[in-house]
Amino acid sequence: MMMDPETKKQREDVCPGKKLELATVQAELAKVQGPEYWRSLEELAGSSEFREMMHREFPKGASEWVDAVSRRGFLRLMGASMALAGMTACTRQPVEPIVPYAKQPEEIIPGRPLFFATAMTLGGCAQPLLVESHMGRPTKAEGNPEHPAGLAGSDIFAQASLLDMYDPDRAQHPALLGDTRSWKAFSDAIRGPLASQKAVGGEGLRLLTPPVSSPTLADQLRALLQMFPKAKWHQYSPLHRDAVLGGAQMAFGQPVETQYRLEGADVVLSLDADFLAPTFPGALRLTRDFVARRNPDAAMNRLYVVETAPSPTGAKADHRLPLRAAEVEKFARALASALGISAGASTLSGEEAKWLATVVQELQAHHGASVVICGEHQPAAVHALAHAINERLGNAGRTVIYTETVHASPVDQTNSLRELVADMRAGKVEMLFILGGNPVYDAPADLDFASALKDSKIPVTVYHGLYENETAQLCPWFTHDAHYLEAWSDGRACDGTISVVQPLIAPLYEGRSVHELLAMMMGQGGVTGYEIVRDYWQKQNKAGDFEAAWRRALHDGFMAGTAYAPQAVTVKAANFGAAAADDSGLELNFRRDPCVLDGSLANNGWLQELPKPMSKMTWDNPAWIGPGMAQRLGLKSEDVVELELNGKKVRNAVWVQAGHADNAVTVFLGYGRRRAGRAGSGAGFDVYPLRTSDAPWRASGVKLSKTGDTYKLASTQGYQTIDTEVGAKPVMRAGSLEEYKQHPEFAQEMVEAPTPGLTLYPNVNYGKDPNFNALGYAWGMAIDQNSCVGCNACMVACVSENNIAVVGKEQVVRGRHMHWIRVDAYYQGDRANPSAYFQPVPCMQCENAPCELVCPVGATTHSTEGLNDMVYNRCIGTRYCSNNCPYKVRRFNFLLFQDFETPQLKMMRNPDVSVRSRGVMEKCTYCVQRINQARIESEKDDREIRDGEIQTACQQACPAGAIIFGNVNDKNSKVAKLKAQARNYSMLADLNTRPRTTYLAEVRNPNPELAG
Amino acid sequence: MAQIFHRSANALSKSSLVIVVLLAGAVFGGLFLFQRSPYITYAGVRRTQPVPFSHQHHVAGLGLDCRYCHTAVEVSAVAGIPPVKTCMNCHSQIWTNAPMLEPVRDSFRTGKPLIWSRANDLPDFVYFNHSIHLNKGVGCNTCHGPVDQMPLMYNESSLQMEWCLNCHRNPEQFLQPRDQVFNMRYRQPTSAKPVTVDGTAYTDQAELGRALVTKYHLRSERDITSCSTCHR
Repeated sequence: MMMDPETKKQREDVCPGKKLELATVQAELAKVQGPEYWRSLEELAGSSEFREMMHREFPKGASEWVDAVSRRGFLRLMGASMALAGMTACTRQPVEPIVPYAKQPEEIIPGRPLFFATAMTLGGCAQPLLVESHMGRPTKAEGNPEHPAGLAGSDIFAQASLLDMYDPDRAQHPALLGDTRSWKAFSDAIRGPLASQKAVGGEGLRLLTPPVSSPTLADQLRALLQMFPKAKWHQYSPLHRDAVLGGAQMAFGQPVETQYRLEGADVVLSLDADFLAPTFPGALRLTRDFVARRNPDAAMNRLYVVETAPSPTGAKADHRLPLRAAEVEKFARALASALGISAGASTLSGEEAKWLATVVQELQAHHGASVVICGEHQPAAVHALAHAINERLGNAGRTVIYTETVHASPVDQTNSLRELVADMRAGKVEMLFILGGNPVYDAPADLDFASALKDSKIPVTVYHGLYENETAQLCPWFTHDAHYLEAWSDGRACDGTISVVQPLIAPLYEGRSVHELLAMMMGQGGVTGYEIVRDYWQKQNKAGDFEAAWRRALHDGFMAGTAYAPQAVTVKAANFGAAAADDSGLELNFRRDPCVLDGSLANNGWLQELPKPMSKMTWDNPAWIGPGMAQRLGLKSEDVVELELNGKKVRNAVWVQAGHADNAVTVFLGYGRRRAGRAGSGAGFDVYPLRTSDAPWRASGVKLSKTGDTYKLASTQGYQTIDTEVGAKPVMRAGSLEEYKQHPEFAQEMVEAPTPGLTLYPNVNYGKDPNFNALGYAWGMAIDQNSCVGCNACMVACVSENNIAVVGKEQVVRGRHMHWIRVDAYYQGDRANPSAYFQPVPCMQCENAPCELVCPVGATTHSTEGLNDMVYNRCIGTRYCSNNCPYKVRRFNFLLFQDFETPQLKMMRNPDVSVRSRGVMEKCTYCVQRINQARIESEKDDREIRDGEIQTACQQACPAGAIIFGNVNDKNSKVAKLKAQARNYSMLADLNTRPRTTYLAEVRNPNPELAG
Repeated sequence: MAQIFHRSANALSKSSLVIVVLLAGAVFGGLFLFQRSPYITYAGVRRTQPVPFSHQHHVAGLGLDCRYCHTAVEVSAVAGIPPVKTCMNCHSQIWTNAPMLEPVRDSFRTGKPLIWSRANDLPDFVYFNHSIHLNKGVGCNTCHGPVDQMPLMYNESSLQMEWCLNCHRNPEQFLQPRDQVFNMRYRQPTSAKPVTVDGTAYTDQAELGRALVTKYHLRSERDITSCSTCHR
């Protein structure tokens, strides 16, 4: 079974991960006419390695047993397989117990889920959720469609928070120097020191928290500071928005929150703001409002994006200008000057100047109906300029509104942490409570928080968090937090609306929330989180029936009418500082990772394995460089480089990202964790050592040197590429608004679909027929590519709904990842600045399904309603079906990827979906469990299933409403109407598979002035 | 050279051909029977339970309705096993000191649930829904057998796929009027004891079944034998 080195090398040579030198890419490009749309640079070059890979169902290494197996282990395995081969159907079922309640709660009906409204706080903003609970176990998170901010749909973080809650690596008890202690021991231990602190007014007491949006927690902190008047409360998060608040302070003289109202914006200009990514505050609403204006049959908006690193927002842009972050500032100043704001002289070169002139013209032409959005990575001055520009353009109060901040007591977090470290070093701190966060890992390198903590010999240090992480390791006392699904709390959504965070389950490990910890510190022993939160709101409710209001808030998931009212503020600033001097040095940009953020979510396998929107990278955070720079420096993806800044060095792998600004490197935070847990520890590279307090997002003068090493990266970008002939019509179709107006059917007519009857197999009619499809449903899906913003929420929702396994980096490299729906990113045009498109690909549920014809055991068959059923218990794993699937959507359990042992993970699973074992094929089922449930309910009520009654998991999670599912036989259904649109097209229609999933081609709205 | 085999060996060799065929048949037949035997299906096997609960006594003797305990059966996929609170509704008044009921009282006092052994157990990849079967006129006793005659619970049927398909392919052989589904004494119509539905007296199950298939809007045989009806 051992592979000889030669074979191994051959296999590695054709593995899709194999990266090409850019020179080779160019040489290949010159030889062949590449495809119009491409997913990876290798595909663009049409290299022979790539073609070999494309013709295969799975990458070449996928089906090989490459792990070392001992002879004895092999014989045992084979012996067992032979013995069991014919006997699999004859297994005797084990005797199963039934454990009913002793006293059943009134509202629980066994076998039916309950939904509770709650909210998840991430980055200080609460996202309202409805969480599904099966017999007391939370199993799925969904957005709350009744929330005033219109948060139908959710994001990857809300979806994946479920796995965090059941994470077996979470800390399970308080600890002193790593040894288990009880909560009582902890409260006894801090009582004495707290009493002596109280005697001196809390002079030596310090608290460090992430930013707080919970009104109850803010109130508790205020009470604590009253009790200890000389104590100090510091706030720090590595994803701080100091520049955003600083910009507001600079412009208006007060820190206000900026909210955007894109429904009224005809022209949108993003200055390095990735406002369609879920990490942007209020992104769900921004996404919904933005795509509502992308309908080519109505008044379509136009999006201009200036950015450094390609982002989903840049991908949706009608015009995108890649600039280094420093040049974005120059651009903003030039734009302000052109609009008559004195912003310092700033000159732009030819192409950029033309771009700017066009943008200025457009913005001025849409007075009061445009918006300029500034990204949080830009310095405060650029934010202030954006405010001034929006005011000048008459947007303030229309497309831009200003409100109170969502965070209670907003401070400059970098300064706040700096003060704390200074106090620690000065020996002024006698008791330090770190309530969440992970400053030892993620504090600015120049503050050196870790050594400050180690050297300052603080008598009592307590870290309170979900994990015993890097910070916990350096704090003698550790207490374990409760997850948001386990504890009472509250929070504000990005528009200010208050939600009560309602737990769905008792703490799995008796963790206590921050509220309970603070109560313990204030000597209110024994008070529960519920009492703390409820008492706070009872005190706020001066008039009226509190009980009714409280019940209402818990039921709805929010308190109606608590959104912040817009404030009238005017720009007072006249001086926006000077533009930074021209700097030709290599620029280093820091970005949060799109999946694991600052590293706090690093142990979440669902997020780690989620391909990042643009690079489709999993499990790693390589540094991005542009193709031009890669060519100059002779670098290719997977080369390891050393980055040096201010004497600090880190190593990182390189990823050549088409569309990245030249002469700049982007590195991603959140990786290289040392104590994250089984999924997060050791994955990727830690770049925090380069990040300093004065340059949190961009630094200049970084030195990049090649090390000669290489590092294997697990990007799924080249996998599952659809095998089309050179010169064939692309599977991804897009056009401009002008083309669409002239020729609405441009996408459909690209390929001539065979006439429906043209098949050797029996033609099936899926209309209503009492002897076949008695109820007359024909399920289908339409995916509007114009709406899809590539946020990946559908993928994580699918993982959560359908019990999809995490396979790990090694397996992703071999192409064995299990996602039932993938979001392909296509690029088009110049590598330096390509257009980019997203195309979500679930199972097409073909009416003439190629997979069904080749299954020797009938494990995949067609239902009367047109579903392509997959029967796991029949599947014997021949993989003929995936071999015959032109869309490459079938996924195979090459190994036992499911964890059948860990008790926490068993509790997490959706009880309505089978958990697949090794050797079984699986794929998207259109969430058949939801269809069956709805059909049963409708039959019991003797009615038809209403349009929209069934939502697939991906559809429900989609904040953009890009995925619509329903009965295509009903001509009035939403899906049938979408399919009747001119933009509707089938992928690979020429193969006569007659897919039930179809796409609405993307239409862009470029400015004719900039076209060509 | 002398013959190695005696003449009688001919008969042996001829008969061996038959024997091989018979043996092979016996092996396959044996496996066929074994796979359907109560050893595999547990059909008719009485389970040991923490409390020897008698359906015969409670249903036939006292006349309790199925839904008094199995409350979820009309609305959910599962029928629901009653909490001990349901037992105590009566047993806090009668048989309050019966030693046999000590586990029930103990569970009620401590809140620690009783652990029963599942008698009707489908494989985990099968998703059966009680509520829709009742709604379509499949009675409790069609699958569960004469529960009112069972002092200790057992599964009446094999619960194997061929048994499910037997009805999914020919539902008219088994359907009963909806108002009879909880009636344990319901018997299929005969000319001696007709069953009346909507004013029509049926003397024959085939006729009644066809009428009910239409009346209850049963989906087609092709519909309810699609794989995803039960497997997902």
